[in-house]
Amino acid sequence: MTGVSQQGHSLFRIAMRSLLSSKATTTALALMAIVVLLTLAAPLLSPWDIDSTDWDNVATSPSIETAHYFGTDDVGRDIFVRTLYGGRISLLVGLSATMVSLVIGVFWGAIAGYAGGRTDQLMMRFVDVMYAMPFMFFVILLMVFFGRNIFLIFVAVGAVNWLDMARIVRGQTLSMKHREFVEAARAGGVSNLNIIRRHIIPNLLGVVIVYVTLTIPQVILVESFLSFLGLGVQEPMTSWGALVNDGAALMESAPWTLFFPALFLAATLFCFNFIGDGLRDALDPRDSAGES
Amino acid sequence: MLRFTVKRFFGAIPTLLVLMVLAFTLIRVAPGGPFDSEKQLSAEIQERLNAAYHLDEPLWQQFIRYLGNLLQGDFGPSFAYADYTVSELIATGFPVSLKLGSLAMLLAIIAGVAIGTMAALKQNTRTDYVVMTAAMTGVSVPTFVIAPLLVLVFAVTLQWFPAGGLGDWRNLVLPVIALALPQIAYIARLTRGSMIEVLRSDYIRTARAQGLTQIEILFHHALKPAILPVVSYLGPATAAIITGSVVVEQIFGVPGLGRFFVQGALNRDYTLVMGIVVFYGVLIICFNFFVDIAYRWLDPRVKL
Amino acid sequence: MTMPLLELKSLNVSFAGRDGITRAVKDLSYTLKTSETLGIVGESGSGKTQSVMSLMGLLPHNATVSGKAMLNGTDLLALSQSELNRVRGKDIAMVFQDPMTSLNPHLTVGAQMSLVARRHLGKSKRDALAECRLMLEAVRIPEVAKRMTQYPHELSGGMRQRVMIATALLCKPKLLIADEPTTALDVTVQAQILELMCELQTDFATAILLITHDMGVVAGTCDRVLVMSKGECVEENFVEPLFATPQHPYTRALLAAVPRLNEVNTELNQPTDTAQRLEARGLEVTYSVDSKRFLAAAHQLKALRGVDLNLIAGETLGVVGESGCGKSTLARAVLNLIPSSAGDVLLMGESLQKLTTKQLRAMRSDMQIIFQDPLASLNPRMTIADILCEPLDTYHPNLSRAEKLRRASIMIEKVGLSPEQLTRYPHEFSGGQCQRIGIARALMFEPKLIVCDEPVSALDVSVQAKVVQLLIELQKELNLSLVFIAHDLAVVRQISHRVMVMYLGKVVELADRDEIYSSPRHPYTRALISAVPIPDPKIQQSLGFAAISGDLPSPLHPPAGCAFCTRCPLAEPRCANEEPPLRAVGRSMVACHLAD
Ligand code: SF4
Repeated sequence: MTGVSQQGHSLFRIAMRSLLSSKATTTALALMAIVVLLTLAAPLLSPWDIDSTDWDNVATSPSIETAHYFGTDDVGRDIFVRTLYGGRISLLVGLSATMVSLVIGVFWGAIAGYAGGRTDQLMMRFVDVMYAMPFMFFVILLMVFFGRNIFLIFVAVGAVNWLDMARIVRGQTLSMKHREFVEAARAGGVSNLNIIRRHIIPNLLGVVIVYVTLTIPQVILVESFLSFLGLGVQEPMTSWGALVNDGAALMESAPWTLFFPALFLAATLFCFNFIGDGLRDALDPRDSAGES
Repeated sequence: MLRFTVKRFFGAIPTLLVLMVLAFTLIRVAPGGPFDSEKQLSAEIQERLNAAYHLDEPLWQQFIRYLGNLLQGDFGPSFAYADYTVSELIATGFPVSLKLGSLAMLLAIIAGVAIGTMAALKQNTRTDYVVMTAAMTGVSVPTFVIAPLLVLVFAVTLQWFPAGGLGDWRNLVLPVIALALPQIAYIARLTRGSMIEVLRSDYIRTARAQGLTQIEILFHHALKPAILPVVSYLGPATAAIITGSVVVEQIFGVPGLGRFFVQGALNRDYTLVMGIVVFYGVLIICFNFFVDIAYRWLDPRVKL
Repeated sequence: MTMPLLELKSLNVSFAGRDGITRAVKDLSYTLKTSETLGIVGESGSGKTQSVMSLMGLLPHNATVSGKAMLNGTDLLALSQSELNRVRGKDIAMVFQDPMTSLNPHLTVGAQMSLVARRHLGKSKRDALAECRLMLEAVRIPEVAKRMTQYPHELSGGMRQRVMIATALLCKPKLLIADEPTTALDVTVQAQILELMCELQTDFATAILLITHDMGVVAGTCDRVLVMSKGECVEENFVEPLFATPQHPYTRALLAAVPRLNEVNTELNQPTDTAQRLEARGLEVTYSVDSKRFLAAAHQLKALRGVDLNLIAGETLGVVGESGCGKSTLARAVLNLIPSSAGDVLLMGESLQKLTTKQLRAMRSDMQIIFQDPLASLNPRMTIADILCEPLDTYHPNLSRAEKLRRASIMIEKVGLSPEQLTRYPHEFSGGQCQRIGIARALMFEPKLIVCDEPVSALDVSVQAKVVQLLIELQKELNLSLVFIAHDLAVVRQISHRVMVMYLGKVVELADRDEIYSSPRHPYTRALISAVPIPDPKIQQSLGFAAISGDLPSPLHPPAGCAFCTRCPLAEPRCANEEPPLRAVGRSMVACHLAD
């Protein structure tokens, strides 16, 4: 077991070292941490509630005095609080749907890659078929037919995004299977289970982490897209996409209602993408040749 | 070539079938039948309606019928637009969407490849960083944020272009840009990455050792291999542009298929929504097929 | 004394990297006369390649170059980019190591060649293509018209290198730089290419700068030799005196380390026990290769077509052959890492094919394997300690961690590393060290048999010699049986008791090591031996590179009759029909109708 923990440690260290070695990625990490902390601490930071309406301040611009730091919307709700609560939903959906796709994708890809042969062909053919589906539309249909259920969003989005993960994991497993250290382990009588556990998974980890980081923003994007169309989360809950939709309607009279949620959404997506890119440069085995 | 075409054609059949089955199943399991909204109907009328719409047949027969109609381009009647069939609606909406989408795609490819190549040639310079940060922003800012912003800046504030509707080319400018921007950003990043890899390769070193100029190397040696990843991205790009058009048509008030789709979804116009999904599904499958052929044609190492 | 064609004056190349500045080439000066061949020899990291890349302006951006490189009176290092572009490809041309990656896979041969002709000779497209055709004929490529429209991947390795050479000579350059031009090729093809280069040099009166690590190649082709080590020139001399009386200790060490085909300087273990350790009978392995034709059945590629072998305790069997002969497949089939389609393998009398998965797993500790790429054979995410302890985890799970580590430290010392290095990761070691770790891992099993699949071909010569010596010593100490697979005949001769030559999945000759080298009986063995460049200019230059012509036929469709009949200089009509059996001739086993 010591082996595994050491590997995890070293992988983590490599990633952190390379992320922190660049000012840009350090900034992105810090920015993301701030966004996450803000959304968590939302109730402590403002006297307003997510759906409390302040009839004295309808569609007012940002102000410190009224404690509407980001202003209010056309029914007097506080944009600051709504943005942070909306962020909770967006981030939550992002994380959980990514986990769904991670589990399905890794499972599917690793089995196909390690089994090889006919099983592999069949499983990947299925992925190909799924790839050609206009999935976004099906997700929208699901939302329309079965109501706007947040749980359904997790499942739907996760079910769409696992395809990429499966392809990547399968490709990696396949190439790993023929690597000489795996062959050496087979020659050394190590069982299949231990080969997967000790040799394949630790070497897959880097790639998987990278794609998880890149999947989260995609999922957030899908969720906000649905919410933007009015098919995502429902009142009184909100999310960045829903807020941007509301804001777009008011953008001529109260542009701050569009600006702040959009800023938070874009900044979060930007940070995730940026960190994902940085991690890929550090961890992706294809690029590691340039390291030495 | 022919062999490949035939092979891919048969390969597309299961994909299409899955698409149809999914669509059909969704229609059938969707809560509520088509006539629920109507006033309480007598059992007799209900039965007659069911018979008229073949709802009394076994499921597999209905599916075959649905398939048969689909093959003839008949998607059934629209529920919400009483006097129209879904096919008619698609026929009105699609040309508009097609114009918008293909313009956006063209713009995305040209601008994306040009920007990406430029960044790759100036790798690790200030130009590169600025361009790539912009591209990263482009990838990160969703269409539905860009579109209102464009309206705010260019239509409301500067009043350079109209905020939407149909008309001359000026009406198209903002929607096309809004639709293309994320794709430009993505294609630029893709091109930069692959171009850098190509420029590092041994055969480019050979070309440099042969005294070919930068321009000759770029156009004769590097461009073709560098745009291969862009070509294989065209399939997903089409899907993304179609999805994006849903938002863009909504925001700019363009009466295209995307707008019909959203309206249909909100009105619970099942047949319309389903029809559009199937229509786009087939379109994407066909497009992927052409992309595959183009890829194989471009890359001599892949045998047809 | 006329002006030299090329004169280098104190060339310095350094790279700015993460850990400061590395000086790759230090104060290098030399001259080269018209139509002279200068060999630059050195091991990896000696700066030999960087020194010529700087002349061509092909170094990466983080490189700094100083000094002068006068070509016919102009300083190459002072030229602007566009001036340099007029010189590169016209006055100086270059041939690179790997012809597969050095040719553009997306352009036809004709397209990429004609670009050069149009650029430098100012020809129209049509004339340029005609020029290219002539040049391809000059490098003796058959069916030129067809080749012009083919892509590089459709050509064989030797053919690709000919295309590279033809492209380089298109503008009749004054100087041709060849950077390890034959390293990626098989010996028989290498011989063909070297011979071609020597001939073309006389025809075109081109000076050649030949960069190589192979002393044998130098001995046969060069007029003068420059030996580089760690960025510096340690010795420069005409080829004969350099080989006869090397002055610098590094040159002497380098020459001493080169394994020689014509002399043996190793002392092998004397096997005492004659019990059979390993036996293979009629071993066949078939891969199915996807057909490129629509709906056609998959092709059956027979990688091994009936191989017999046997090995006693403490003995080494060398297996030689060019790429595609099935030697790596043999390594894996013997260990049952890939399924064999026919035949049987017996390890100490037990048939591996008949064992259950569980029994086979138990047997695995008796038979181990060492791989070609030392770094790739070690899991990058495991420490050396974990790598060495894994065999114990599998076979002695009850041992304490401390005991396992103790055994690992003993083993790592045995292969010449220190126990402190156990906590490190594989990428922190050099290639030679990684190979030692690979050997240590194999020994942790206390095996009876080790199959070594090209264990030293990725290593520098001096490191090669040490690893081979280590294997010989370990064999003596532990009474190991070794199957030693390599394409390098000289190395095989150093370590093997008996040598087996393979061609297209078959054994063509098997004999004691001295027997096979002193009196090879199969025409292919003879061709192989004569193709190996001998690191002695007197012998090599008198011999020339006389070798067989042509390339290896596709293993998918091996010729009927004798597999070698398409390239055999002695082939008779019956060779194409009747397959020669492996039979005893003198003290050898030979598969040739004409051997006697
Ligand atoms: S059998 Fe014939 S073709 Fe084969 S090696 Fe002997 S002489 Fe040559």
